Amino acid sequence: MCLAIPAKVTALEENDMAVVALEGVKKRISVALLDEVAVGDYVLVHVGYALHLVSPEEAARTLALMAEAGILKEELDEIAGSEA
Amino acid sequence: MKYVDEFRDGELAGTLATKIRSEALPDRTYHLMEFCGGHTHAIFRYGVQDLMPDNVKFVHGPGCPVCVLPVRRLDDAVELAERHGVILCSYGDMMRVPGTKQRSLIRAKADGADIRMVYSTIDALKIARDNADRQVVFFAIGFETTTPPSAVAIRQAKAEGLTNFSVFCNHVLTPSAIGHILESPEVRELGTVKIDGFLGPSHVSSVIGSEPYEFFAEEFAKPVVIAGFEPLDVMQSALMLIRQINEGRAEVENEYTRVVTREGNLKAQKLVSEVFELRQSFEWRGLGEVPYSALRIRDAYADFDAEKRFDISEKQSREVKSCECPAILRGVKKPTDCKLFGTVCTPDNPMGSCMVSSEGACAAYWTYGRFREPRKTAREKAGKEVAA
Repeated sequence: MCLAIPAKVTALEENDMAVVALEGVKKRISVALLDEVAVGDYVLVHVGYALHLVSPEEAARTLALMAEAGILKEELDEIAGSEA
Repeated sequence: MKYVDEFRDGELAGTLATKIRSEALPDRTYHLMEFCGGHTHAIFRYGVQDLMPDNVKFVHGPGCPVCVLPVRRLDDAVELAERHGVILCSYGDMMRVPGTKQRSLIRAKADGADIRMVYSTIDALKIARDNADRQVVFFAIGFETTTPPSAVAIRQAKAEGLTNFSVFCNHVLTPSAIGHILESPEVRELGTVKIDGFLGPSHVSSVIGSEPYEFFAEEFAKPVVIAGFEPLDVMQSALMLIRQINEGRAEVENEYTRVVTREGNLKAQKLVSEVFELRQSFEWRGLGEVPYSALRIRDAYADFDAEKRFDISEKQSREVKSCECPAILRGVKKPTDCKLFGTVCTPDNPMGSCMVSSEGACAAYWTYGRFREPRKTAREKAGKEVAA
């Protein structure tokens, strides 16, 4: 019910409607809940409505934050390596 | 798929698991409640629990809208279709949930009631336009994610002058439910579970923002991390919670920044508050009556309120007696503690809502964990005996 999927807006239509593409599958949804949306934006689609824009910058930042943990793994590997 | 695949990356999951193992203190346990059923499914589907050290445990919360709807409201919907002869439009999740005497919407449909499964309120409006001589009722359920679409539909119906369309409103609010889990005396009597921190809702928060949880984190001194629904989001959020717990902090942090902001979707909030207002109280399955935890349609839109348009009778609704859904929803019991689980109650023949919904804990255990859990329990038992 609260599950939603990120999809790319491919066309804007009248009456607050838009077409989104999901890996090539096209779907007509409502963008009535968004203030601003442009072709090329990624939106979170839920029960036929775009709930929110997806921020590419924040997505990249989160992934980078997750990857930061990698430094520690390398350190641990080094310690393990030195013990062996 | 962009924004999905990269948050399911196995290698990155390994790195996060290492980090979590190194930061979780071995001399304590971490009970993290994931409020949303979407998180429960991510945890099971991707084996996130198996990547956690034994002292980091996920407690499954009540965030499954289909599961928390009390049986009486479902019986009311069946009545609308059968006695009042309306076309009842429902989201698919709701169709197979058993009501009193195991009557579900799909059984009522088989018996001749006009019940249509819709994907969106947009479809329900179209059905109303196409059937001008029939009354069409949209069975609105869900948390803050499905509420704005219902608000848009009601406004649209008013703008078009659709006199045969109304909404049976069962929308509920997430923050009040989280608060209730921690403070309600009834829940305390029924048994509560230790919770050290919360994984906050993903998409609900995209609408309401992270701000509504701030009061709650402060008042109950429990950390909250708003978490995305992908497995790496869950792991990163668990790590953020472990850090807060270790440092003695109880703050609202946001892991899901690609979609959630502090203020949320203001346009959606405005639409919702224009059409809906707070109910003084609403019954939740598993939590009982929760004050100010649900919405009803405002008087300005009373013409579109199915509860005002139709005379819905008082009824004695009953769930299947031995179904443990209520305790499972509070996190007090696990699906495998229920004697119906996996025998009498399966997704093909569900006895309770938690087995039906794609967000229900029983459905998650059945689909992804039913063979693993008994083995794990046996292993833990054996380990204890060896230690003794």
